[in-house]
Amino acid sequence: MTVWVEADLCNGCKRCLRGCPYGALEFSGEKASVLDRCTSCGACIELCRQGALKSDILPRTVPDFSDWKGIWVFAERRDGQLSHGTLELLGKARQLAEVLDQEVCALLVGHGVSHLAQTLIRYGARTVYLAEHEELAHYRTLPYTDVLEGMIEKYRPGVFLMSASHLGRDLAPRVSRRVGAGLTADCTELEVDPDEKILLQTRPAFGGNVMATIVSRYSRPQMATVRPGVMEAVERPENAGRVVTVPVWVSERSCAAKLLETVREKKDAVKLCEAKVIVAGGRGLGDAGGFRLLEELAEIVDGAVAGTRVAVEEGWIPADRQVGQTGQSVRPELYIACGISGAIQHRAGMLNSRYVLAINKDPRAPIFQVADWGIRGDLREVIPELVRQLKRGL
Amino acid sequence: MDIVVLIKQVPDSTEVKLDPKTGHLLREGIGSIMNPDDRHALEAAVRLKEAQGGKVVALSMGPAQAVDIVSEAIGMGADEGILLSDSAFAGADTWATSSTLGKAIEKIAKYDLVLCGRQAIDGDTAQIGPQVAEYLGLPQVTYACDIEAARDDGTIMVKKRGEGGYEMVQCPLPAVLTVIAEMNRTRYPAIGRLIDACAERAPVQIWNAADIGAKTGEVGLAGSLTHVIRTFAPKGGRRTEMLEGDTGTVVRTLLEKLQEKHLVLPGAQAGAVGQEGKKS
Ligand SMILES: Cc1cc2nc3c(=O)[nH]c(=O)nc-3n(C[C@H](O)[C@H](O)[C@H](O)COP(=O)(O)OP(=O)(O)OC[C@H]3O[C@@H](n4cnc5c(N)ncnc54)[C@H](O)[C@@H]3O)c2cc1C
Ligand SMILES: Nc1ncnc2c1ncn2[C@@H]1O[C@H](COP(=O)(O)O)[C@@H](O)[C@H]1O
Repeated sequence: MTVWVEADLCNGCKRCLRGCPYGALEFSGEKASVLDRCTSCGACIELCRQGALKSDILPRTVPDFSDWKGIWVFAERRDGQLSHGTLELLGKARQLAEVLDQEVCALLVGHGVSHLAQTLIRYGARTVYLAEHEELAHYRTLPYTDVLEGMIEKYRPGVFLMSASHLGRDLAPRVSRRVGAGLTADCTELEVDPDEKILLQTRPAFGGNVMATIVSRYSRPQMATVRPGVMEAVERPENAGRVVTVPVWVSERSCAAKLLETVREKKDAVKLCEAKVIVAGGRGLGDAGGFRLLEELAEIVDGAVAGTRVAVEEGWIPADRQVGQTGQSVRPELYIACGISGAIQHRAGMLNSRYVLAINKDPRAPIFQVADWGIRGDLREVIPELVRQLKRGL
Repeated sequence: MDIVVLIKQVPDSTEVKLDPKTGHLLREGIGSIMNPDDRHALEAAVRLKEAQGGKVVALSMGPAQAVDIVSEAIGMGADEGILLSDSAFAGADTWATSSTLGKAIEKIAKYDLVLCGRQAIDGDTAQIGPQVAEYLGLPQVTYACDIEAARDDGTIMVKKRGEGGYEMVQCPLPAVLTVIAEMNRTRYPAIGRLIDACAERAPVQIWNAADIGAKTGEVGLAGSLTHVIRTFAPKGGRRTEMLEGDTGTVVRTLLEKLQEKHLVLPGAQAGAVGQEGKKS
């Protein structure tokens, strides 16, 4: 399979360049040429108005999926509560459902969890499918996979969303392979294509250097895991819904892997994903003592302290306080970045903050490009002054 | 214990840049490395072998130059290497990749454990491990951070990192584990082994689509269920207002701005900020 350029037809417009996800087209002179790294994906072919891009790829027929309907959300629990990511998914699912004119359903799996159904409804679910069984009390990959497989086969959802949490990233790929569906990992944007009515799944790749939009044309459900902290949870007290209890059967074979013990290591601080104000620090703090400045500020504004990977690696803050691509995504009302350069991997986690304040000595630090307000200065002076003025206000 | 380790060649992500005009990856001159998590998976496999005997096979799917990391794996202690390389494999999503790796593992046939990295730094999907496990019909443990030697009853104890702690899982063999960096410290390849790995009689095989019995339409782009339709540079850019003046003034201006946006910081009571302003 190859893609090639009919040089006579190419008018040099370069439209094709924009469409190639792999950067495999080049204009050395007036005409496009195809580089070795071309994967024959064919994205350029549709874009070329001159019909100058040719290929021997056979067009693949898209099956009829008109009976796959509904936007489903997997309800994840943490410490007996629904995870915040689940509520965020419901918020997004409602938006998608409105565009598609379909129903939002939540799938609640566990044992003794029926009381959580009302919360799912309050955040947007119209139908909650409740699958309960003793063997499902604690999450384990295979019994849960069995349940999800059964539900997907029976109810044929068009879209199936899960949180890109540890659990979601364990379960979603397993289920996708079981039911034969495409899966897009760790999405940060979901939209419906207005023409094709399929899900446009956008996610960062290459360490956040590139965003890629991915579609699932050839299988259903359209499965995606969504990064927690990116979508917005919306409470809808007026929403009415119903709970449907479904029968569950768990095979002995699926229970062969045994969970021997679960150990909690950390006590809960203010959850980063729920904090209204986050005071974050990086290498510019200099040492663990520097973080005491941030804690003082955080205490006054009732915020949470977070940091960059450097701060974690230096041992100034615990790993679960890292914001960024390999840490958490957050969306506070105000993100105060102190002594943080604003590397792309860090920005990936804080871009959804409503307002950003950056304090940095270096006026060229990239963090200023993503800030609403910038203060060029030494944080050791600025933060104590901020604390002083805030205290005086009390 | 015989172990298959899945390793992937990835661009050295810290170096990746975008063309500011087209939004494309500039890959020229970017080094390729063995995916960091896979290095830890390989180290874990070699240590298990050293403790309990058996054989370690490093398996990778990629273009011809990915043979470099297969050789490196042998340098680090793998006994054999297999590179799945065929233009038919190009453009694969995780569905097609897991089919391809799964078919190759079926062909290898003799194994007790499959180890892979948790996620590759180019795609960051973390999907291949669980999807290969499902393809092979084996149990999986993801986020493995410690492994205890296999037991006589045919199970293995795995410590699995969770979001607020960890779990101890007893898993029957054969199984698929995805490994995180916390598992171990990796060794450098031994020079002698590296030289052997690049010699003519090196224990490295290259398999193509026919070798693993893959049909067109099952692998590569044609066998994929998802497709990238667009790539673009991440949106950055807010309109940044730089606050100027001495520290006292800057902070005062800031608090006024926050109040304008109705961002009420619990410490900054309404009016207090104004008072502060009047004093100056
Ligand atoms: C695959 C991968 C994943 C990654 N994931 C993450 C992630 O999830 N999260 C993350 O944060 N990083 C991540 N990183 C690391 C990231 O690339 C950067 O290295 C890191 O974010 C930089 O941290 P920093 O801003 O604290 O340090 P630096 O880049 O060193 O910046 C320190 C800043 O502090 C300023 N400064 C110094 N002293 C003062 C002072 N007295 N007053 C005011 N300003 C001062 C300096 O001007 C400088 O701009 C990842 C990297 C890779 C390769
Ligand atoms: N092409 C490949 N060849 C071999 N192993 C792979 C390949 N792609 C992914 N893997 C393995 O699967 C893990 C997860 O990859 P990913 O799902 O792409 O994040 C990697 O760390 C590798 O161990």
